[in-house]
Amino acid sequence: MPADDATLRAEGEGAGAETGMSGEGSSGAGTPAPAQSRSRTEAAHRRAAQRAARISAGTEELEQRLADLLRGGLAGAEQAGYALWEEIAARMVDSQAPGLAARVRELGSVAGSGEGWPERLLAECALLHLLARAWEGRDTLPRPLAETVRTRVGLTVETSELLADGDALIRDEWLVLAQRDTEEGRLTARRIWLYGRGTGRSAMLLSFAAGGRAPEPALPVGAALDADVAYYPGGSPLRVALGERHGAPMPGFPPAGGSIPEALETYAHALHGDPWLEGWPYVLRDVVPIPPPEGGASATGPAQPRPRTATGWQLASAGADVALPLAPGTSPRALWKLLAMSADGPLTVFGECGHHGFTPHTAWLGSRPVTL
Amino acid sequence: MSGPPEVAEAAEPRAEAEAEAAARPVGAVPGPGTSTGPGPGPDRGRGDAGGPHCAGRGEGGEPDGPEWGELVAAALLGGERRRPPGGSSRALLDAAAAETVRRRAGARPAAPRRRPGPAPQDARTPLPTAAEQRLATLLAERVGGGTGHPGAVAGRRGAGPDLGELLPQWLAEANRQGYRAPADLLPALLDAARARTDLRAETLAFAGPRALWLARHNPDWRFALRDGVRRRVPGAGEDPGAAERVWQEGLFAERVAVLSSLRRHRPEAGLALLASTWQTERAEDRLMFLDSLRQGLGEADEPFLERALADRSRTVRATAAELLAALPGSALAARMAERARACVAPDRVRGGGIVVEAPHECDAGMQRDGVIPKPPTGRGERAWWLVQLVEASPLHVWCERLEGRAPEQIVALPVADGWRDDLHAAWCGAAVRQRNAAWARALIGEPIEPFAEGPRDPAKLLSVLPEEERGAWAARFIASHGLSEAFRILGVCAVPWSLPLGRAVVDALEIARDAGSYPWSFSGVMGLAERCLDPSDAERLAPLAAVPDAREEESPGAGAYWAESFQRLVSTLRLRGTMLAELSGGG
Repeated sequence: MPADDATLRAEGEGAGAETGMSGEGSSGAGTPAPAQSRSRTEAAHRRAAQRAARISAGTEELEQRLADLLRGGLAGAEQAGYALWEEIAARMVDSQAPGLAARVRELGSVAGSGEGWPERLLAECALLHLLARAWEGRDTLPRPLAETVRTRVGLTVETSELLADGDALIRDEWLVLAQRDTEEGRLTARRIWLYGRGTGRSAMLLSFAAGGRAPEPALPVGAALDADVAYYPGGSPLRVALGERHGAPMPGFPPAGGSIPEALETYAHALHGDPWLEGWPYVLRDVVPIPPPEGGASATGPAQPRPRTATGWQLASAGADVALPLAPGTSPRALWKLLAMSADGPLTVFGECGHHGFTPHTAWLGSRPVTL
Repeated sequence: MSGPPEVAEAAEPRAEAEAEAAARPVGAVPGPGTSTGPGPGPDRGRGDAGGPHCAGRGEGGEPDGPEWGELVAAALLGGERRRPPGGSSRALLDAAAAETVRRRAGARPAAPRRRPGPAPQDARTPLPTAAEQRLATLLAERVGGGTGHPGAVAGRRGAGPDLGELLPQWLAEANRQGYRAPADLLPALLDAARARTDLRAETLAFAGPRALWLARHNPDWRFALRDGVRRRVPGAGEDPGAAERVWQEGLFAERVAVLSSLRRHRPEAGLALLASTWQTERAEDRLMFLDSLRQGLGEADEPFLERALADRSRTVRATAAELLAALPGSALAARMAERARACVAPDRVRGGGIVVEAPHECDAGMQRDGVIPKPPTGRGERAWWLVQLVEASPLHVWCERLEGRAPEQIVALPVADGWRDDLHAAWCGAAVRQRNAAWARALIGEPIEPFAEGPRDPAKLLSVLPEEERGAWAARFIASHGLSEAFRILGVCAVPWSLPLGRAVVDALEIARDAGSYPWSFSGVMGLAERCLDPSDAERLAPLAAVPDAREEESPGAGAYWAESFQRLVSTLRLRGTMLAELSGGG
């Protein structure tokens, strides 16, 4: 399950309907005269301020709605069903905060979603509340965290602007760890996870396409790419814009990887910079999948009740007495492939480590990466 | 997407979390400073058994705020009913946010459950890279379901090669060369084996011992433990106690597997195992087990089968009778022969022919021997009984009964009073059941006669003949009758088709095209040709793939369709050629 997709989807939807958003980031062909340019900048500032004011109105309303909800009790939310959340989401769209809207819409599927839903709903409401509060107090936050808040609320940064800043470009040999396409509403989202050989940093390329087309670019998993990237700003920067590529993809290198405790620690550190993170990319070394005790009832289909930690699949260290649950959204196909590949011994597995557990994307068979 | 916070919630018993009175004493909580990324501290105790995964409470540190369970209970209930912790909804949300992030950041590894046992080694040679990629494509295509199956009257399928037809050949060749299946493709192979029973044996052989190891974990793949068990189940030469144990304690599929395996190598041991528990098995299990005796069937099985003729279940009785009838030396076969002899005799009056006097009743003895008294709708009961008697009688009876004639002489004899079709049909059934090539050859005759008339089923009879003979017969059949009735016959011929057979099929296709037929009438045969023609025939076929000039007498547009069909055939054959080269490592 893609991490943090609420915000990103909001952006995707924005990308689908570019108009009506803000005038943030300048565009325009030709070279405008200085005076004209100044007035344009002023106009852009004015528009940005207007939008911020609308969003603030939205977050205020959101806070009010959340407070109402908590006064009445979450039990009532179960009866109210999707309609309640759809209505609030529509208000957030009106407030030009697509990130908030997407998060709110997700809440509709949590209420009454099976055992333990109240705490899942409370957790998500609380994080939404945290985001609303963070927006209100964004001027007092450290700059990277404030950027995270802006992004998560639904404000976008222009790729061209990021790449224009030469100092921000990071050139490295980027190993392509995984590429995954997901259908998100009318859009196809493509995530490509990278790992920088020199910097040791994780990165993710995100692109969208509408109308059944494949998003660009496509990069071969396992290859390495000598390229410039620029990180989008934020407290735990991960998403990058791809700049100049220095030559064609070359044969990659095997990722080193780390242990299960290290994976959790890395996620924890990332949460420090961005408390809304669902997970963080990580390469696990020497792990083996453990299927549920009898027959893998959890792997027969999404309609089944969500597997609990105790009965679902695990990814365990081959040598140490530690394990992670595999995330409930992991496809049966991926689970069985993992188990099959472990027939030849412990695996190196890339995926996202988060509070749902570990979502595997790629595993290596010898030096050959296999997409799960 | 908000799935369950797997990691965090494990720390709290849910029953409590949802209960109204969940408020527990405020525990000791690690301070907020820990949100700067506390790794799993090595000295913190693990949570409760069952693999919780989160920084538990009450492990030292300073008290901070209300506990998670208390927050959830308060949120469920609502501030209107009871004052929330912290005094307001906002305070509750504040605390819940801090607690959520704290729990996520403080997640710790779970305790692993028992790991699956080690997979068996597979010492076969790894595939060349190109062949590995080809297999992945073929298996993915299968899932895509884009294959036009033989027999389906498909419309246009485009000019591209038909990948679904290639998988069987790929597997056969890989097995012949002794390659090992790539581990990541084992699930797709098991799925393919499950979906296509015709491919099952070949697929499981290729998938190898690691696939059986894998199949034990997934109920969808249990079939493999039964069908693919040759290598795993104790039996052949191994510890006999192990087979006994599986037989006594195993799942049904495993028991069938043990039985089949034993029957393959030591039939008498398998029989002994089955006999030891026979009385206590359920009827549907008895039927399946009895069916396993087909493997390695021999005279030693007769006493057991005779007893099974008195089984409570009708289907078990019928199966026992069928097995006994396949043993020409069995008492049942002798009893059936005795009855049949009474019905069929040389025609002494007219001379040189056969007279038939079908049974007038189906007595208890006949029924005990598996004769079904009630005929299918539209069939006379006397003819129905006759056919069953003759089918279950050893064929050698007839040479002796009909004055020492050979099968082909007997088949040529006139049969009085319109009994010929029934008698011949019964002999065909007996030839197939008893795998008697001499009789099958006599009954199938020369392929010159159109077989629509007459009782024979040439495809079944053909399957009893040796491979070369099958191909030659099919080639002659197609040369004289064309392709319209050839589909089932082609289906039983050995692959790749012999040279004469391939020629006959291609010639017949060309004739059909020139006669102005539409190619989709032949899509079934085309599909078979893609799978069965020798790849070296591709170049001979290439000229046929050119679009001919339209001629007046042919159906409009048919020329282009034919060209497309031939193009697909040629490209499939070429692809097969490439595929075989990849498997030989020549790329």
